[in-house]
Amino acid sequence: MAEAFQFELVSPERLLLSAKVTDVTVPGSEGEFGVGAGHSPLLSTMRPGVVKALSEDGSRHEYFVRGGFADVSVSGMTVLAEQAIPMADLNAGYIAQQIQDASEDVADAKDEDARQAARLVLSRLQELQAAIKAS
Amino acid sequence: MASLKDLKNRIASVKATQKITKAMKMVAAAKLRRAQDAAEASRPYAERMGTVLGNLAAGFEGRDDAPKLMTGTGQDQIHLLLVCTAERGLCGGFNSSIARLAREHADRLLSEGKTIKIVTVGKKGHDALKRGYGQYIVENIELRGLKSVEFSDTKHIGDLVMEMFQEEKYDICTLFYAQFQSVISQVPTARQLIPAQFEAKDEAQDGSTEDALYEYEPGEQEILETLLPRNVAIQIYSAILENGASEQGARMAAMDSATRNAGEMIDKLTTTYNRQRQAQITTELIEIIAGAEAL
Repeated sequence: MAEAFQFELVSPERLLLSAKVTDVTVPGSEGEFGVGAGHSPLLSTMRPGVVKALSEDGSRHEYFVRGGFADVSVSGMTVLAEQAIPMADLNAGYIAQQIQDASEDVADAKDEDARQAARLVLSRLQELQAAIKAS
Repeated sequence: MASLKDLKNRIASVKATQKITKAMKMVAAAKLRRAQDAAEASRPYAERMGTVLGNLAAGFEGRDDAPKLMTGTGQDQIHLLLVCTAERGLCGGFNSSIARLAREHADRLLSEGKTIKIVTVGKKGHDALKRGYGQYIVENIELRGLKSVEFSDTKHIGDLVMEMFQEEKYDICTLFYAQFQSVISQVPTARQLIPAQFEAKDEAQDGSTEDALYEYEPGEQEILETLLPRNVAIQIYSAILENGASEQGARMAAMDSATRNAGEMIDKLTTTYNRQRQAQITTELIEIIAGAEAL
């Protein structure tokens, strides 16, 4: 059994999860990455995606997050998400809404950089929609 | 002297008022619980954000490439006052005390020859500052009809503040709101938003001074640049939540004392009413006795 460490998922509205976990997967902006106990300190921004945490007692927690960052320190790990929703509460309608918002962002983008960023978000959301449909 | 009938009407009307204030107090008490929970639930996020940013910012101390949001524009000529108040009145001195703090601040800045701009959040603050400071108000944001304020509801305020900063419409931004302490005490507070200020981080938890060895993904600079605007939005959000709790607390206290006042008034009026009734009976009796004696 892997060593456990403290993990917290916080959104501006509330603390969603605070538990001892053994493994966490985070959708970092430079690619998805996993964190185990004793990971070196890291600060990474996130793209929209799913945060998966495996807690000490073996239960799985999955949250859809949008924007925010992950902070891995010596004392534990914290994910600060601008928006976080348990996967169980997530439905196709919500994702569809997000995709629509994202496409509007692409259309409204002022310069090339912003458009590129918005497009990235959109493609990510579409991937996610496909994943949900498949499951 | 008011007649018996007038007194009776007065008593009935005060009683009706008391019923209303009592109901408002109950409603405020229920809402206070929710608002307080929301304010407390948002604290972990704001705190973590503060720690992370504090660590990051320490690394940029004195560097030329530090983001402007942190160092400021190098001037302090134009001040933006972001005044958060409630949408409704009847909550004691809540709105007026925030407005007063903002007004004092504005007066001081004006006397120093600075330029001010005001953005109000909430109808009551706008009403209070409209007279005398109307020409400085550049924007009024209303959060009407929201049952509970979510982060996404306040995000556009942060966006507006950021946009104005990028267009260099101001140099320093100060946020005004009431910090919730307890039902009877809400402290009007002014907090500087931009350039960002961080609490001295001498108490880095459990002595983890190795923070300097952090890895950053993407770069340190990029992270700081995305975090700072987010921090502004978060601070505004938590100020609005604190405000929500303070407003309900103030309203509860105000309605409680109004109910008590009404009770006292009813007692006083009832005493007068009874005395007058007694006096009338006595007069009638004297008349009857006098009439009987005359026979």
